[in-house]
Amino acid sequence: MSDIIEKVIEQDYKYGFVTDIEQDTLPPGLNEDVIRTISRIKNEPEFMLEWRLKSYRQWLTMEEPTWAKVRYPEIDYQAISYYSAPKKKELNSLDEVDPDLLDTYNKLGIPLEEQKMLSGVAVDAVFDSVSVATTFKSELEKHGVIFCPFSEAVQNHPELIQKYLGSVVPHSDNYFSALNSAVFTDGSFVYIPKGVRCPMELSTYFRINAAKTGQFERTLIVADEGSYVSYLEGCTAPMRDENQLHAAVVELVAHKDASIKYSTVQNWYPGDPKTGKGGIYNFVTKRGTCLEENAKISWTQVETGSAITWKYPSCILKGDNSVGEFYSVALTNNFQQADTGTKMIHLGKNTKSTIISKGISAGKGQQTYRGGVQIMKNAEKARNYSQCDSMLIGEQCGAHTFPYIDVRNSSAQMEHEASTSSIGEDQIYYCNQRGISTEDAVSLIVNGFCKEVFKELPMEFAVEAQKLMEVSLEGAVG
Amino acid sequence: MLVIKNLHVSINNKKILKGINLTINAGELHAIMGRNGSGKSTLAHVIAGKDGYEIEGDVLFNGESLLDKSPEERALAGIFMSFQYPVVIPGVNNTYFLKAALNAKLKANGQSELDAMDFLALIKEKIKLVEMDESYLNRAVNDGFSGGEKKRNEILQLLTLEPTFAILDETDSGLDIDALKIIANGVNQYRNSERGILAITHYQRLLDHMKPDIVHAMIDGKIVKTGDMSLAKELEEKGYSFLLYTN
Ligand SMILES: Nc1ncnc2c1ncn2[C@@H]1O[C@H](COP(=O)(O)OP(=O)(O)OP(=O)(O)O)[C@@H](O)[C@H]1O
Ligand SMILES: [Mg+2]
Repeated sequence: MSDIIEKVIEQDYKYGFVTDIEQDTLPPGLNEDVIRTISRIKNEPEFMLEWRLKSYRQWLTMEEPTWAKVRYPEIDYQAISYYSAPKKKELNSLDEVDPDLLDTYNKLGIPLEEQKMLSGVAVDAVFDSVSVATTFKSELEKHGVIFCPFSEAVQNHPELIQKYLGSVVPHSDNYFSALNSAVFTDGSFVYIPKGVRCPMELSTYFRINAAKTGQFERTLIVADEGSYVSYLEGCTAPMRDENQLHAAVVELVAHKDASIKYSTVQNWYPGDPKTGKGGIYNFVTKRGTCLEENAKISWTQVETGSAITWKYPSCILKGDNSVGEFYSVALTNNFQQADTGTKMIHLGKNTKSTIISKGISAGKGQQTYRGGVQIMKNAEKARNYSQCDSMLIGEQCGAHTFPYIDVRNSSAQMEHEASTSSIGEDQIYYCNQRGISTEDAVSLIVNGFCKEVFKELPMEFAVEAQKLMEVSLEGAVG
Repeated sequence: MLVIKNLHVSINNKKILKGINLTINAGELHAIMGRNGSGKSTLAHVIAGKDGYEIEGDVLFNGESLLDKSPEERALAGIFMSFQYPVVIPGVNNTYFLKAALNAKLKANGQSELDAMDFLALIKEKIKLVEMDESYLNRAVNDGFSGGEKKRNEILQLLTLEPTFAILDETDSGLDIDALKIIANGVNQYRNSERGILAITHYQRLLDHMKPDIVHAMIDGKIVKTGDMSLAKELEEKGYSFLLYTN
C-alpha cells in the first residue's frame, strides 16, 4: 500500500468521515484503522467494534483455503476498498431514491415498484453497501416482525445483535467469514417473534456497483418459538472488467417449532464468456442452527452466476426432531467454476436432513459438489437422504462429486444416490423433429432436470429461475 | 407433396441408399417394406433432417427442397416422423413436451399459442383416441414406457400436432393385437385428402387395417418393386428373396 493512500486514510479518520458524505469510498487497504473507521461511520456500539477487531486479528492468523476445486489469481486484500456509500442516506420512501439508481434496477430487470405491487414482497434494497430503500415496514411492524438493514438493527436492537451475531458462524469460523466479520458494512436483519407467521415473503436484492469495492454483506435471521418466515435473496450485477470479491455471511437461528425457508437466486456477472475475465468471486458462508426441538431450516439455491462460487449452506440440527433441507441447482457455463454443497450436522435425536443437488456444467464450466453429513454420537435415529445429480452439456466441462459421511451412531439411516447424465444429440434431434428449437430443447431438458429443486422455490422465483437458466445456457449447445 | 429424386445417401463412406425415386401425393398412404438394414429408417431420417449423412439427389416437399433446412424447420413445415426407437427424455413432462411442440408450430404459423388449461383440454381429448391412461401425461417423455406404450405415445403426438406429412417408422413393431388396431385407427383418423403418409413396416397386419394405396419393396438401398396391397401379401408369403430373382 502506498504512503499516499495511508495518509488519506489517516486524514479521513482524523476528520471523522461521518457527516454528509457524497459517495464516500474508503481508499483501498485494510488495517485496524479502516475497521475503526467503518465502525465509526456506522456509529456502532463498542461491542461491535470489539467484535470486528477480534475477527480481524483472527483473520490475520488464518490462511486462504485452497482445498476447494477452484482456481483464481491471488486476491490482493490491500487493493480492495472496504467501504462505499451511495450519495444520500436515510431515505423514507422509494420516491427519495436517486432516479439513476432506480434506473439501474430497471436495467437489471428488477423494477422495484412493480415488485412491490405485483408480489407483495417487502423489499430491502442494498445498493453498494448501504441500504437505501425499505418498504412494507408498517405491515410487518403490525406483526412485530423486524426486517431492516443490519446497520439499523445495530442501532435499534443492539441486544438482539449482541445475542445472535456470530452465534452460528463464529468470528473465527473460516478465512472469508472472519474477513466479513471484520469489515462487513451492511446486510439484513430479520426477527420473527414467538408464534408469528410472517405475513409476506421477505426479499433483499444485493448489488455490487462501485468498482473495486469488496462486498461484505451480513444477514442474520432469527425465528423465535413457533414462528415461520420465508426469505428470498436474489441478485444480478452489471458488466464489468475487474474481478470482484464477495464474501457474505448468512446466519439463521430457528428456535423451538420455528421454521425458516431461505431461497436464493444468484446471477452475478460470470465474467466474459470468451475469456472468463471480470466475473465475481463469490465466497459465501451460510449456516443455520435448529437450536431447539422441531425446528426446521430449508435452503434452496439457484446459482447461475459468478466466476467462482464457493458456498456450502449448512444446517446444525441441534434440537431433537429438527429438520434440515438443502435444494440446489448450480450451473456453470463458459469459464465458471463452482465448488458448492452443504453440510448437515446431526446432534439431536430423530433429526432428519434432505439434500437434493443438481449440477449442470456447460462450455468449459467446472463444478464440484461437496456434501458432508455428520451423525454425532447422541443423534439417535437420525436420517439423511442425499441425491446429487450432474448433467454435462458438451465435452469440455467437468463435474466432480465429493460426499463425506461421518456416522457415529449406529441407529442412523443413510441413503445416498448419485447420477451423471448428459444431453444426448438424439434427445435434441427428437425435440427438433417435433418443431422445438435446440435452445428450447436444452432449456426444456435442463428445467426438467432441475424440477425437484425449482418446486421448492416461491412461485415468482421459480419463474425467474427458469428464465435465468435459459439465459445462462444461451449458446451452450451449437 | 413429397418428391424424392434419385436419392443417394452414405454414412462414413458406406453407401446406404442407392438411388431412391418416390412421389407421394396428398391423400396417399405409401407403405415401404424391406429387409433389416435395407435403409428404410435411413430414408425416414434423411427426410426428417437428421445430421450426419452425405446426400446426393433431392427431397422436395410441396415443391421446395428440404435438404438445406434444419430438422425443426422441416417439422414446422409439416413433416412428422414417428420414431422406430422413440427417445427417452428423463425429467421432461410428457404434457409439457407436447405443449412446447404444439406451441412452436402455432407460433410458426402465426397463430396464438395455447395456455396450459386449453392445452390440457385438448390433450385429454386426443389421448382418448389412442386409449392411453391420462397418467402417461404426467410422466417423463417415454421414460420407463414399454415398447408398445412408446409407439402409442408417438401416435398421440401425431394426432396432437396434426402435421401434413407423417412418416411412421415401424410404428406397428412390438404392439399387441389390440394395440395394433388402436394405432391403425389413430392413423386412419389422422388420414385425409390433404395429408400424406409414408408407413414403414415389416408386417401385412398393419396394412390390413390401414389399406395403403401403394406398397414398395426395398432391398439394399433401392426400391425394387412397387405395387398395391397384393405385393405386401406376396412379400409376407414368399419373403424378399423372390424379388431378387423376379427382378
Ligand atoms: N452411423 C452408422 N454407421 C455405419 N452404418 C450405419 C450407421 N447408421 C446406419 N447404418 C447402417 O445402414 C444400414 C441401414 O440402416 P437402417 O436403420 O436404415 O435400416 P432399416 O431398413 O431401417 O432396418 P430395420 O428394418 O432393422 O429397422 C444398416 O446396415 C445400418 O447398419
Ligand atoms: Mg429401421
